[in-house]
Amino acid sequence: MAMIEIRNISKSYGTFQVFDGLSLEVEEHQVVCLIGASGCGKSTLLRCLNGLESIDSGEIRIHGDRVTGPGVDVNALRRDVGIVFQSYNLFPHMTVLENVTLAPCKVLGKPKAEATALAMPLLERIGLAHKANEYPDRLSGGQQQRVAIVRALAMNPMILLLDEITSALDPELVAEVLNIVRDLAADGMTMLLATHEMGFAREVSSKVCFLAGGKVHEEGPPEQIFGAPTQERTAAFLQRIVEAGRL
Amino acid sequence: MTDFSESGEARRPRLDEKRSFGAGAAPKDSRGWSATAMVCALFIILAAWATFQAAGQHAAAFGLGGTVSSLLFWVPVFCAALLLWPAIKSVTRGQKARDAVAAHDLITARIETANALNYAHYTVGFAALFVVVIALAQFLMANNLAVSRTFLSVPLLDLSFPLILKAFWVNIYIFVVAEICVLVWGLIVAVARLIPGKTAAPIRAIATLYTDIFRGMPAIITIYLIGFGLPLSGLPILKDLSVETYAIIALTLTFGAYVAEVYRAGIESIHWSQVAAARSLGLTYMQTMRYVIVPQAVRRIVPPLLNDFIGLQKDTALVNVIGSIDAFNQAKILSSNYFNLSPVTVVAFLFVVITIPQARFVDRILEREQRRTRAG
Repeated sequence: MAMIEIRNISKSYGTFQVFDGLSLEVEEHQVVCLIGASGCGKSTLLRCLNGLESIDSGEIRIHGDRVTGPGVDVNALRRDVGIVFQSYNLFPHMTVLENVTLAPCKVLGKPKAEATALAMPLLERIGLAHKANEYPDRLSGGQQQRVAIVRALAMNPMILLLDEITSALDPELVAEVLNIVRDLAADGMTMLLATHEMGFAREVSSKVCFLAGGKVHEEGPPEQIFGAPTQERTAAFLQRIVEAGRL
Repeated sequence: MTDFSESGEARRPRLDEKRSFGAGAAPKDSRGWSATAMVCALFIILAAWATFQAAGQHAAAFGLGGTVSSLLFWVPVFCAALLLWPAIKSVTRGQKARDAVAAHDLITARIETANALNYAHYTVGFAALFVVVIALAQFLMANNLAVSRTFLSVPLLDLSFPLILKAFWVNIYIFVVAEICVLVWGLIVAVARLIPGKTAAPIRAIATLYTDIFRGMPAIITIYLIGFGLPLSGLPILKDLSVETYAIIALTLTFGAYVAEVYRAGIESIHWSQVAAARSLGLTYMQTMRYVIVPQAVRRIVPPLLNDFIGLQKDTALVNVIGSIDAFNQAKILSSNYFNLSPVTVVAFLFVVITIPQARFVDRILEREQRRTRAG
């Protein structure tokens, strides 16, 4: 049984249909990249997976448990499914350490000392332990995004969702963030990435999904999708990426 | 490729072509402003002379002594005379500018014109300040010092100040307790108005109704209704409270409605992505409010909150309608005893004096907060 099963989901905003019977499976320890044009629903899919958005029909199961529809404990779901946003969304009134320890303290009920003891090695790992008592506004974009990743990791999630986490960064800061994702992939973290970094998608992912028309238009191993796409629409999309010099 | 560069070459203006910039014209004439400055300065000196000569004579008549009376005349007149300095500078710099134009030195002309205008503006600005001071002095001396005697009778000020200051503690007690209640109550109402979901609609409706009623009702009427109504109602406990407690309840209800709206605006000004980030970590809605949204909102609403608090402090003067002996009531008693408004001037002064340090204090904490969290 796959870890994440997305079965035939549909969702629309007014007259705009985001998903039209989309299905997708993610195995444990897989890194799945979602690619596609802007507005194709990459971000929305990730937000549905941890309950920030609801779906109109179909269902999503994680470890066999249904996590969509009425009566689902979204707070419990979010404890196990972390998400990192394009715009970092750190809490500006808290220090880096407070950002990271807030959820472990308030959601998991850990004492402050224990949460700090768990957070510091994580900050150490991303090379920002010395910034623990700084406020986010004093950090560069890349540093903020690394803290945001650690903030999600501090909850020890089973699944990590990364929503275009390098899109808001200056080019020279992208690598420091991607290196962390590489490390996490090597550790076996199950991850879903919405990304425009095609080179990176090709390198780390076990599966690439091209989203179009409210469905997974084509999926397969990265060599197949980037090397020899079978669908005309996938090929056209990748052609435009190549023209933009991004692949 | 070659085509493009050739046609581009042809369109580009040649280096020896004559072009003139609009900014290269001679500067505007500053003589009008310089003359205005000079006239203003002379007028103010004459007006100050006349006004403060009278003031000095009044002071002498009071037996304030020759030194005080002459200082009361010479200090303002000397200050007014200082206006001549920038006025004269303005005229001389304007003259230099015109000389420079005649010598075709446009750079110097521009600099001198700018200086001449600056000096003229200084003169006119300070002249406006003097107009206010002179007008005030004239007002106080009008009708053979009648205004001063009514509002600023020195012996009466001296006599009433300690009594009124003592009564002012009642106002301070009321507003300090009411402000604490308002902070808590306003937040409860604001959060109630913002609870999401269909099932919370009645709660939101109650909060909205409360805000609509108490924001619309004049504070003096709320105080009157509660101060006289609750004792008459015969309700246990509520009928036996002190007048000050009724005032605190009434002011909390009125200003709770204002402050709830301030809180709500603050909470709504925090970007929704902060809610998404907090909820995505597993925090509940209330935890998100408590730890993420409200702390950020409070930092933003401190200035408007201070506005409402100053309003509340001033409205403590309304409690005289239900018979509390606060500063204003005490002053009213004194002023009817002596048939003179000087005690009320003392109350006005006290209310102004307490708000100023608060405004500076808020500026300070906002500045410190900025330094702490913003990139420096």
